[in-house]
Amino acid sequence: MSLQPSVADSLYRRRVATERIMTGVMMLAAVLAVIPLILIVFYVVREGAGGLSLDLITQDPNRAGRPGGGVRSALVGSGIMVGIALAMGVPIAVGCGIYLAEFGQNRFGTVIRFLVDVLAGIPSITVGLFVYGLMVLPQRQFTALAGSVALAMIFLPIVARITEEMLLLVPRSLREAALALGAPRWRTVVKVVLPTAFPGIITGIMLALSRIAGEAAPLLFTSLGNQFYSTDLLGPMDALPLRIFNYATGPYEYWHEQAWAMSLILIGLILIVSLTVRALFGTRVTVKQ
Amino acid sequence: MSHIEISDEPHPGGAAVAEPGREPAGQGAPPPEPNHAVAISVRGLSAWYGPKLAVSGITMDVYTRTVTALIGPSGCGKSTYIRCLNRMHEVAAHARVEGEVLFEGANIYGPAVDPVRVRQHVGMVFQKPNPFPTMSILENVASGLRFAGVRSRSEIADRAEQALRRAALWDEVKNDLRKPGSALSGGQQQRLCIARAIAVEPEVILMDEPCSALDPAATLKIEDLMRGLAERYTILIVTHNMQQAARVSDYTAFLLMGDDGAGHLIEYRSTPELFTNPSDRRTEDYITGRFG
Repeated sequence: MSLQPSVADSLYRRRVATERIMTGVMMLAAVLAVIPLILIVFYVVREGAGGLSLDLITQDPNRAGRPGGGVRSALVGSGIMVGIALAMGVPIAVGCGIYLAEFGQNRFGTVIRFLVDVLAGIPSITVGLFVYGLMVLPQRQFTALAGSVALAMIFLPIVARITEEMLLLVPRSLREAALALGAPRWRTVVKVVLPTAFPGIITGIMLALSRIAGEAAPLLFTSLGNQFYSTDLLGPMDALPLRIFNYATGPYEYWHEQAWAMSLILIGLILIVSLTVRALFGTRVTVKQ
Repeated sequence: MSHIEISDEPHPGGAAVAEPGREPAGQGAPPPEPNHAVAISVRGLSAWYGPKLAVSGITMDVYTRTVTALIGPSGCGKSTYIRCLNRMHEVAAHARVEGEVLFEGANIYGPAVDPVRVRQHVGMVFQKPNPFPTMSILENVASGLRFAGVRSRSEIADRAEQALRRAALWDEVKNDLRKPGSALSGGQQQRLCIARAIAVEPEVILMDEPCSALDPAATLKIEDLMRGLAERYTILIVTHNMQQAARVSDYTAFLLMGDDGAGHLIEYRSTPELFTNPSDRRTEDYITGRFG
């Protein structure tokens, strides 16, 4: 094995070349993956920034065709419905995730896990249709509550599975440490496992929250939307995605402008909420291995 | 305590009493010097993972306020065995135990026994230091008390301080009690885990290779600590380090994997005897470094 510039040498050069090419391909894929985000933000800011004004968030919509007015009804409506969906969804979803991770290593758990995955895969329009049949038709009334239920059903499987994954990431050694100290199983979960997984679970909740805050399909025939400001849970309620849809496809130029501005508000709100929550709880706990 | 005594009284300095190979595997001789009261009495203990037998038919008495070392090559079931003594073995999926473990006269595998209560009396320190990452040093030490439902802040503070002192950690952390436990060095973390275990005042502390993740200086500190703790607690330590067993323990048990793939107790006697005058050929081979 001397220093002959022979087979080994050409093999080496080929290896280096291959490595460079593959690294380049991966990097290209990584860049391509974030290009949509950059384009979306760029477009939304460009089109929507001009429409931002104090009136937009403090005024309610004018009658169709009369420029001006705002989208307070949609902002408040989205806030209410997403809030109620969270209030319903978080306890059930986190509880379900805890069950799956800590106690679900059996046939029942496997079935639940499978069903949760199926629920996560159901199109949001179908969820809306189901809630329409479940709540709207019997009551003969579009309600904000129905919209919240539909959003919660989309929220639920996402957070349940993320919670499960995050709990499973907590090292076994921590569970054993607690058990060996004479902690009952449930105390181990509540005092050790959950706090350790908490930042991850919060991140999952934020992710799912962003998802449902932007959903229009499940609200189309549950909360319907409302021309007027309303906080009545048992009546139709406006929401940002619905109003964006209506305005963007409507005939008036100022509607289009407001639709872009609403999109910008939606993105901005989601960003602010996630950053705030992360700043508050998100110091990712690093578990020394 | 009517079990078969296999070996005779020891003859200090004399020739090995038991003939090598006379005892069948798994019938370790009890140490022949029962000056101490018995803390834990193990009777025919076998443990499985699913269908796999991991520990086979161990019978031995562990003496009160002594350090007992479990030695043997990797895979001989030392850790599995020690985890059976506070019912931690059954935490693993499909794990199963047969036989009896008598603690203060009662079988911890009895039908009415709550494993949680067992673990409050028989504590455990693990191979890797595992302080709770979301808790401060003080909260870590107090966690066992909290789990047990102790509410009084002053009581918790007092007992935590006492535990930290006994674990020889107090002076190093007394000004940093609010800092996270994970901020300590590896050796300090392990002493924190020891403090956490003794804060609940167990009678027995099981240590599963407590020094294997530590550097020599930290190891030495823990060994010193163990000797001191033995004045108050009964300590069982699993170690793959024979020098460590010789340094810290009063009694040593040698386990070896048998032909059935499960760990058997080969020999169990006072540490000086086991290391200077083993009665079983396999023990001698192991401690002289011929295998393992």
